[in-house]
Amino acid sequence: MTSLLVIVVLVLLAVALWQLTRIFDLTQVGASSDDSQVASDNDNNVQGYVMFGFLAFIYIFTIYGLLKWGNLALHTPASEHGLLVDNLMNITWVLIFVVQFITQGLLYWFSFKNRGNKDKKALFFADSNKLEALWSIIPSVVLACLILYGLYAWNNIMFVDKDEDVIEIELYAQQFKWTARYAGEDNVLGKANVRLIEGINTLGVDMSDKNSADDIVVSELHIPKGKKVHFKMRSQDVLHSAYFPHFRAQMNCVPGMVTEFAFVPTYTTAEYRELPFMIEKVANINKLRAENSVKLVAEGGTALDPYTFDYLLLCNKICGASHYNMQMKVVVDTPEDYKKWLSEKTTLAQDIKAAKASEKPAEAVKGTSDSTIKDTVNAVVDTVAAAIAKVAMK
Amino acid sequence: MSAEAHGHDHGHDHEHEHHHKDTFITKYIFSIDHKMIAKQYLVTGIFMGIIGIAMSLLFRMQLAWPEESFKIFNVLLGDKFAPDGVMANDIYLALVTIHGTIMVFFVLTAGLSGTFSNLLIPLQIGARDMASGFMNMISYWLFFISAVIMLCSLFVEAGPASAGWTIYPPLSALPQAIPGSGTGMTLWLVSMAIFIASSLMGSLNYIVTVINLRTKGMSMTRLPLTIWTFFVTAIIGVISFPVLLSAALLLIFDRSFGTSFFLSDIYIAGEVLHYQGGSPVLFEHLFWFLGHPEVYIVILPAMGLVSEIMATNARKPIFGYRAMIMSVLAIAFLSTIVWGHHMFISGMNPFLGSVFTFTTLLIAIPSAVKAFNWITTLWKGNLQFNPAMLFSIGMVSTFITGGLTGIILGDSTLDINVHDTYFVIAHFHLVMGISALYGMFAGIYHWFPKMYGRMLNKNLGYIHFWITAVCAYGVFFPMHFIGLAGLPRRYYTNTNFPLFDDLQNVNVLITTFALVGGAFQLIFLYNFFSSIFYGKKAVQNPWKSTTLEWTTPVEHIHGNWPGEIPHVYRWPYDYSNPNHDVDFVPQNVPMKEGEEVLHH
Repeated sequence: MTSLLVIVVLVLLAVALWQLTRIFDLTQVGASSDDSQVASDNDNNVQGYVMFGFLAFIYIFTIYGLLKWGNLALHTPASEHGLLVDNLMNITWVLIFVVQFITQGLLYWFSFKNRGNKDKKALFFADSNKLEALWSIIPSVVLACLILYGLYAWNNIMFVDKDEDVIEIELYAQQFKWTARYAGEDNVLGKANVRLIEGINTLGVDMSDKNSADDIVVSELHIPKGKKVHFKMRSQDVLHSAYFPHFRAQMNCVPGMVTEFAFVPTYTTAEYRELPFMIEKVANINKLRAENSVKLVAEGGTALDPYTFDYLLLCNKICGASHYNMQMKVVVDTPEDYKKWLSEKTTLAQDIKAAKASEKPAEAVKGTSDSTIKDTVNAVVDTVAAAIAKVAMK
Repeated sequence: MSAEAHGHDHGHDHEHEHHHKDTFITKYIFSIDHKMIAKQYLVTGIFMGIIGIAMSLLFRMQLAWPEESFKIFNVLLGDKFAPDGVMANDIYLALVTIHGTIMVFFVLTAGLSGTFSNLLIPLQIGARDMASGFMNMISYWLFFISAVIMLCSLFVEAGPASAGWTIYPPLSALPQAIPGSGTGMTLWLVSMAIFIASSLMGSLNYIVTVINLRTKGMSMTRLPLTIWTFFVTAIIGVISFPVLLSAALLLIFDRSFGTSFFLSDIYIAGEVLHYQGGSPVLFEHLFWFLGHPEVYIVILPAMGLVSEIMATNARKPIFGYRAMIMSVLAIAFLSTIVWGHHMFISGMNPFLGSVFTFTTLLIAIPSAVKAFNWITTLWKGNLQFNPAMLFSIGMVSTFITGGLTGIILGDSTLDINVHDTYFVIAHFHLVMGISALYGMFAGIYHWFPKMYGRMLNKNLGYIHFWITAVCAYGVFFPMHFIGLAGLPRRYYTNTNFPLFDDLQNVNVLITTFALVGGAFQLIFLYNFFSSIFYGKKAVQNPWKSTTLEWTTPVEHIHGNWPGEIPHVYRWPYDYSNPNHDVDFVPQNVPMKEGEEVLHH
């Protein structure tokens, strides 16, 4: 099917090309059979009109895009600062569209209007201080406003006051999985380092730190609506980026350091699902999935599950072959539900204790297998070293 | 008067300055003649461009029809990376990485700057050759070797480098993290180190030549804008490329000798590595200290070419010659202090983010000045729509479209949410990828007669431009929307996210445009290679241009001018000067008695 399509497209292209060459050839008729390969008056005329057509193409394509794909863009922000971000974004968009409309219009209009011919002489217009001052000053003023608004928003978003009442949560990134650690009752995360990773303590939490005892490790992120959540991010292997598109939040996770980002969620998952734009979006996605399912089933596959919206945390920094599948579900609860959910979780200390109790007998076996590998490696290294020494002696 | 001026240089074809015999090897291979070296750069650049663009078509197909089987994948990528014709996820990343590397460095830096700096600097300033022809030759051959090594890395067993063209460690440092970070990455680093050496030799040569070898009368304010941009580009290159070299060397140390410049506290594949105290953020700073100026290294020469071609074909002086020079200088200066806008969310102090937002948005001012000056140059012109002119107008168009979204990405607040999404891809492909490619095409169409003594077919040129123009917008315009939907770049497929299911149709459309646009580059290749041999013979000054390169004979000779080097009496943009009857006055025509200078 695809190959047939490709062939059809190629044939159509060939025909289109042939037709175009014909058109350009025909326009040469009468313009004296000159083949200097320098644009003739006729060329200028034809190309001038095509220029004008291209301007129409840009305008129409822009409008078509806005109508057809405009609603694909992220909609209502689900965080407090998201409103600020989207507001600045909208202002910037208005500016961009105005400038784009005018400059492209002038560019192609002048091209069309001033298409050359032999009888014309161009206007010698080398410079004008007034004009140049005009288009240095206007952008400067406009940009100054944007910069001021941008910096105001940036400072609001990025700096967390020390005495602010926040919930501390650690986001832990590894190839290709997210884990979250809650600070527990004391709201202070225990110290951690990858060198302390052992058994089910996969985050390397320092259990000798008194703040670690009540830490809770989970693989699904729950946060309460209306409360500032302060994320501390770590990575154990390569760079990752914690990207919450719906909350307008993103920060890289860097091995060897802790990065941070804080925001206040403003819609619970249930509320966000009920927003009109989201109902429409999900319906559309499910329509597409149903269509694909028909195709899949016809080919002997299984149908796709219908989709319900959930907030997501994605990895947005290339991190390895399965980068495209590094995600974690994010649930925004009401404060009561959040409290309830958290209270049902066991602390890391309890988890470790339980694991130790159940794994004691197995430990011995595991230990030996580990040491055998080590021994083999050591033996190989020794042999190689001896061989090198021998060669060196010679 | 100016008819006399025309005759001035025709008479002097009696003697060759440098009269020595050329063998095939000294003429075509180890040539020290800048014109031949320019052609070597161009052909190598085109060859690399074919590979780079072909790669993008492959991964675009995967994105439009994820995990579908295509025979061509199996043929090109082999059984290991495309079993049964389905592209594997690690080779997808490798293709993305090498596409970026090839296009940015090998095509748009060496292919563009290398070709036109070499060709035009001596010809337009009135010099017999580069300051050091030998170093120039070494520069090309180092570039060639680095290209060969980069291509060799495609064939190593674990695959080529696949950590993205930005090669952020630890991913690029640890073979455990991704297979491409083994031998493939080593070859990438070696290739780039050699490339940088080549680029530095070239740049030093350009700078020295422009400063020292200008002909009599060719003051800095009479230089064509092409030379100004090549000159400034070379300076940026000399300032920033060594920093990338040091980053590459330190990364080699980390990879091979166990140092910890960029690595710290890593647990991977079940073991803790010994690295401690390094920081990947340091690498990002070093990388982008080159990486950002690099985009100006790519776009400035294109701007120079476009300015020159536009003035010639509009039969009008470039508007605001001095403002153009000032804006190039301003862009060059600012370009070295904006690198942090790639790192707003890298974990560096947010205060730095504020500073970089400020400097980044400042760069929009000289860019706006340039765009408005180009548009004004078209106003009341007598536009000659040669293919080069179409590409120049197209370049201004994509530069504006792509540049405007820079206001979003350069603003740290807005960058938070579009960082590393397809929005970024759309932005930089338009503003520096497509724009620079258009600049390069414009340059090729315009100076082909100078390079090969023959003309390119204009009708094929028209078709090439219009299809490319439609397809370029068709590919990158819809990409803004999928970026705004939050789709991250460098995803092998987005089928694991039902959230993004509604973007799939757009992806198919983008890929269709890409395939058509890619296929139509064959027209250019055909035109280029057949015209070298069978094109219409060129006359000396086919575009009726004012600059010195068109005073040299069509046949290439060592030393460029058969007799004395012409002297320069006026600026390069005396088109439609009201003091003269003809619509162009070459730079080597003396001022008439009492003729006033009509520009600043």
